[in-house]
Amino acid sequence: MPETDRRPASNLPPLSLHIPEPRYRPGDTPDFGDIVVPAVDATPRPSEATKPDAMRDLCYGLVRVLDFDGQAKGQWDPKLSPERLRTMLRYMMLVRAFDDRMFRAQRQGKTSFYMKCTGEEATSVASTMALDRGDMCFPSYRQQGILIARDYPLIQMMNQIYSNRGDHLMGRQLPIMYSAPEHGFFSVSGNLATQYPQAVGWAMASASKGDSRIATVWCGEGSSAEGDFHSALTFATVYNAPVIFNVVNNQWAISSFSGFAGGERTTFAARAVGYGIAGLRIDGNDPLAVYAATQWAADRARTNNGPTLIEHFTYRSEGHSTSDDPTAYRPAEEPTIWPFGDPIDRLRQHLETLGEWDNERHETQRAELDELVKTTQKQSEKLGILGHGMHQPFETMFQDVFEDMPWHLKEQCTQMLAEQEAKFGPDWKPE
Amino acid sequence: MNADTQTATKTMNMIEAINSAMDVMLARDSNVVVMGEDVGFFGGVFRATAGLQKKHGKTRVFDTPINECGIIGVAVGMGAYGLRPVPEIQFADYIYPGLDQLVSEAARLRYRSAADFICPMTVRTPFGGGIFGGQTHSQSPESIMTHICGVKTVIPSNPYDAKGLLIAAIEDNDPVVFLEPKRIYNGPFSGYYDRPVEPWSKHAASAVPEDYYRIELGKAATVREGDALTILAYGTMVHVTKTIVEEMGIDAEIIDLRTLLPLDIDAIEASVKKTGRCLVIHEATRTSGFGAELAALVQERCFYHLEAPVERVTGFDTPYPHSLEWAYFPGPVRIATALTKILKD
Repeated sequence: MPETDRRPASNLPPLSLHIPEPRYRPGDTPDFGDIVVPAVDATPRPSEATKPDAMRDLCYGLVRVLDFDGQAKGQWDPKLSPERLRTMLRYMMLVRAFDDRMFRAQRQGKTSFYMKCTGEEATSVASTMALDRGDMCFPSYRQQGILIARDYPLIQMMNQIYSNRGDHLMGRQLPIMYSAPEHGFFSVSGNLATQYPQAVGWAMASASKGDSRIATVWCGEGSSAEGDFHSALTFATVYNAPVIFNVVNNQWAISSFSGFAGGERTTFAARAVGYGIAGLRIDGNDPLAVYAATQWAADRARTNNGPTLIEHFTYRSEGHSTSDDPTAYRPAEEPTIWPFGDPIDRLRQHLETLGEWDNERHETQRAELDELVKTTQKQSEKLGILGHGMHQPFETMFQDVFEDMPWHLKEQCTQMLAEQEAKFGPDWKPE
Repeated sequence: MNADTQTATKTMNMIEAINSAMDVMLARDSNVVVMGEDVGFFGGVFRATAGLQKKHGKTRVFDTPINECGIIGVAVGMGAYGLRPVPEIQFADYIYPGLDQLVSEAARLRYRSAADFICPMTVRTPFGGGIFGGQTHSQSPESIMTHICGVKTVIPSNPYDAKGLLIAAIEDNDPVVFLEPKRIYNGPFSGYYDRPVEPWSKHAASAVPEDYYRIELGKAATVREGDALTILAYGTMVHVTKTIVEEMGIDAEIIDLRTLLPLDIDAIEASVKKTGRCLVIHEATRTSGFGAELAALVQERCFYHLEAPVERVTGFDTPYPHSLEWAYFPGPVRIATALTKILKD
């Protein structure tokens, strides 16, 4: 029997199920002309103590600082010194140089996996720069910019990516799932949005101890659909936790467009409205807007005025990961016509407009950073690359399951060591 | 008893002993926090946290939203900060919405971060049937917990053990799931639901030191020594089993496992090698239950000492029924049948 014939007899019009569909698929000519781009100075900056219900408009607007001519304007301008702006530019350029190099390393078979954040550098670099050094960051997998902006040694990132003998995580984690407590960077999980309630717990602990440090957390718009996201917002509003929620709305969750997380109906910042917390929707490709919004939210949290949800409206210029080919599901030219441009180009243009930067300095810096990454990569590769020899003693597989190893793990470890000896001989040692 | 337990004892039931453990730890360690649904002002639906908020303050003992993912997730973050959270999940049946935070986060944090971050969390939760709780207030999910690598699973069977084990769990630097057999909160259960409940005050293990003491995790207790067979049990079933073997006049050795993971394999092995027979008892569903693990271990380690196949007495592989609760429960008839069989072989 055909599906439609199963409908019970009724005079009522038939229901229909809506399956979201992005407007453009490969072969289509994309047009982002309908994306509303409010004027740079159109969005007022409320005081950090403003009650959430008095600033709901900000969930539907777009906080901007840089116009498309490179001028910083409006109440949100954080008025950073040229030196600070140059530091920000350098960090973002370093993230991009690092990404390009590591992507290539994966393609060369030196590791299993990599994820770039091209086009989204501002959402982590500028955000981190607006925090205090002691504030705790709970990243998703695309916030390498936090580590770069906190001067985490590049070689340690590479050692982790290669799972080599310099990897302090002992090769246990998929590449890019860093952990850096001394740099206020929580261990990255492969499960999505689990870091959201954890950040709230950290913030609650800080508040209950009378500490002054706050927590901040990132996820994509796609994983904002996870229950953990909503658990986190519930706890944050209940306990007025000092936490900043970042939703990096880069339009794509692997091949699923933002409509599969509810993006066809409202903004992601508007999730804040239902929870009664502050929400800001910002141009995520405008590093100064990201900085200003984070600074606002951090001040708010630090003065016991509660959590803020920031939607970074941006675009994922490249694939989800090295395992993804975005041309299979979206037009190849979409990244190039994104109306908010590229965050590095925009900050560079701003500095040039101020007379604080020029093409020569830019190219010199780019070459210098490429060289830095290349040199570091060579050092890291001396400690090994994935798949070419074993880099960790075998027994490390059984360590850290518990603080003390129970008998059953000791037994299994003995078994595994015997297996390796049978395979490689008694004198074999990891490289 | 430990040497440092020379303090005054008090007669306590399981709830009072569990309450006392948290009270002691809240006072000893300012990083301990107790949280969960209804645990604050009200003191918990089973009264396990009664009076603790009033004594230790609202930031140390507080209510949470009805959101187990949030409760466990927030506790992971608190642990990363340096606190020692003791979340309560109101019924073990409600732990499933928080399972991802337990399995993928709490249990894996030490390993994935090479001990950069740890999760010194103790999840307390009442489990098991026999209180007409129906299928959503009676489950025994212990084998789900033991199947997670990175979590310890503890089940006390009396007030003295409950306090000492809970203190050890709270002090442990790894996540512990502390399953409380709710049928015996107020008194040991004979297995005969139609007989009056005996209060804990008539049981030796109700004499509980008022101060700090701990019982090491991973150590079983021999409840009854004997030569005829070894019975491996935990929680409510320890008492049910004891009643039945004494009624039948069987010289059984009953081992109360107390901690399922890490398991006290030495105690099990020594007993089974002595008796040559082994019966495993639990209330949880049979298939892939913890009894299957125990039977496999005994078979691997004691096969040449066994005079009969290892027997299992368990709940049935159905949801816990409401009205037919006592037909589901592994009570006197099921246990007696298994005992007769294993001793005849």
